[in-house]
Amino acid sequence: MLDSILFYLFAGIAVLSAGLMITRRNSIHSAIFLITTLLATAVIFLQLRAEFLFVAQILLYAGGIMVLFIFVIVMVRLDVAPRKIRFRPQKFVAGLVAAVLGLEVAVILLLADKLPGAGLFIPKIEDAEKLPPNSEELAKGLFSNYLLPFEIVSVLLLVAMVGAVVMAKNKKRTDEP
Amino acid sequence: MTSSSQGLSHFLQTWWVEFVCAAVIIAVVPLVAGYIILLKRKLLTDLLERLGPKQVGLDGLRQLIADSFRLLMKRDIVPRDADMFVFWLAPIVTMAAAVTSLGALYCGPGFRVARDINIGILFVLGVSSLGFLGIILAGWATNKQSVRFSAMRSTAQFITYELAGGLAIVSALLLCGTLKIHAIVEAQAAQHVWFIFLAPAGFFMYLIAAIFGTNRGPFDPPEAEAGPVASSVPEYSGFRWSLYFLGEYANMIVVASIAATLFLGGWLRPFPNVYWLNWLDFLPGPLIVAVGAFCLRRAGKQPSKIQTWSLWTVAVVCFVAAIIVLVPWISAPLRVALPGLNGAFWFLSKISIYLYIFMWLRSTLPCFRFDELLHLGWYILIPLAIVNIFSVAVAMWLESDFGYRWLAMIITNVFILAAAIFLAHLNDKRAAAASSVEPETSDSYAG
Amino acid sequence: MMSPEHYLFLSLALFLIGCIGVVTRRNVIVVLMSIELILNAVNINLVLFSRVFGDVAGQVFALFVLAAAAAQACVGLGIILAFFRNRETVQTDEMDLLKW
Repeated sequence: MLDSILFYLFAGIAVLSAGLMITRRNSIHSAIFLITTLLATAVIFLQLRAEFLFVAQILLYAGGIMVLFIFVIVMVRLDVAPRKIRFRPQKFVAGLVAAVLGLEVAVILLLADKLPGAGLFIPKIEDAEKLPPNSEELAKGLFSNYLLPFEIVSVLLLVAMVGAVVMAKNKKRTDEP
Repeated sequence: MTSSSQGLSHFLQTWWVEFVCAAVIIAVVPLVAGYIILLKRKLLTDLLERLGPKQVGLDGLRQLIADSFRLLMKRDIVPRDADMFVFWLAPIVTMAAAVTSLGALYCGPGFRVARDINIGILFVLGVSSLGFLGIILAGWATNKQSVRFSAMRSTAQFITYELAGGLAIVSALLLCGTLKIHAIVEAQAAQHVWFIFLAPAGFFMYLIAAIFGTNRGPFDPPEAEAGPVASSVPEYSGFRWSLYFLGEYANMIVVASIAATLFLGGWLRPFPNVYWLNWLDFLPGPLIVAVGAFCLRRAGKQPSKIQTWSLWTVAVVCFVAAIIVLVPWISAPLRVALPGLNGAFWFLSKISIYLYIFMWLRSTLPCFRFDELLHLGWYILIPLAIVNIFSVAVAMWLESDFGYRWLAMIITNVFILAAAIFLAHLNDKRAAAASSVEPETSDSYAG
Repeated sequence: MMSPEHYLFLSLALFLIGCIGVVTRRNVIVVLMSIELILNAVNINLVLFSRVFGDVAGQVFALFVLAAAAAQACVGLGIILAFFRNRETVQTDEMDLLKW
């Protein structure tokens, strides 16, 4: 029962904040609601026994990437977007596509047994108490089986950092920076 | 988290200890933070040979209550075109982040809020890092671009703390190989030495990074600017301001707790394994009694009545605390509480020493300019922290292969010292070069 | 842990909300934030199936998705800053130099 309360509470927060995020006119409010969504998702990770990802989500996503977003929003000096009265067809297209996709996936999930094919295969889920400690398992996987992707990701982050510094650098000055 | 479905009573039964500890933390931390503020003012003034707050009741002991009353009663000034949602939210986030991150810490072998989390130290770091939101949202909530940029600078300083402090902590985590807080302290007990002696560079780097992160000491450009004080949150007055400052001091407690757990042995007494020093276990009670007796002795010699009364009060508090600590020795059924009380005493005294160092540095060192501050963080602290991780790892490899632990540690610490001297030398060269460059703009009155 | 369908519905909901955000909003920064939301939904899926199958590969993959999202946000925001410096706008409607 504790599990379902936690799940519904934080899933509700996540979906509600996500919905609020895409509808706010003020970008900072959107950023705050995205942070709330990320924190709620982090708790969902914790419920799925992915403790390291819970902390990684808070440290990196909410505490790192969102800092970037908020910095850019502050530097871009946005005020509340002017509300232009204009018919925008994208909202209806988006709504239609979302509804169709949602319906499709819901049908697959709920009626998996009755559809032709193997259906959604869920093996027996291991008990939470018998899981090995999460950080150690993740480290073992990351540094033995997945070492090459790990190194590639570090190069990727280096490239992204250099690229971002080059893009965001102020080029108007003529003297040596 | 157990996947039980037996309802509320089972839930309360399993979790009541954690709820009580959480309630204690939420109740006690603001009070402690407030008294740290008082202590800071007293200490600063004493180190600078002044007298400090003495007017308000009992030699300044009621200063906290007077200040809080004044802050509560102050008119809540809100800037006219501030963003109300963000303005209201920002101080709450700072306070909430700091107090939540205290939840994973162990004050003693028994006092904890969360059961031994697998990722203990990382959780504390991660949640306390959400405090940046309070700063930058406060900057946004006003509508002035200058305040927003000042908030961005504070946030940049905080992020430097996260990086440098995190890397400095890794060197201590290498020595114990686990993130669980209980296991870290027990590793220090098992290795018979506090990690500060094995990785002193890590301790000092974390100390500097901590002063970075809590916007204190020589690294507080928002406070020390010629403009308004606390100019990273200038629009906050009254109770909201006090929430910010409570958050800052709670953050200091968090940082001190991390350092005490990782480097200073947590709740272990000094020399935890040396058998003939076991009499140190009896020390907390008599130590508090000694402090109380000292206060009593000095009480008669104070120049004014108020100071005499204040020392009497402190003495009474000491004796009450000593009774609480000594009673389990006498009554056998309460003896189970003894390791917890002793552990709490040692832990709190280590935190107090750490905070004393903070205030000491604050009162003696001049403030850094902001670009020098960031230069110190990114060009010196972070490379040095990376070198530190590397050398501690090499030292551990040398120890595991060749067995000379202390020799390996000494060699690697000498290496880190050499790296630090090299970086400082580079910094001096850069500073000399920067100050010898002629300014670009020519004098408009020149011929 | 609930049955997997719950988490799959949550992931679906976040994914769809992110897609609606990408298509509908005119502010480029909010579009980038919606992309982060989509990546988050994918992460929930990965972690769910890592728990179901007991394989840590799902969490490793989720960690890589996190790192890739960080890199993408970093570069994307750098591009936005450079664009803003030239054109003084971050509305997608006004970024129409390449339109015929």
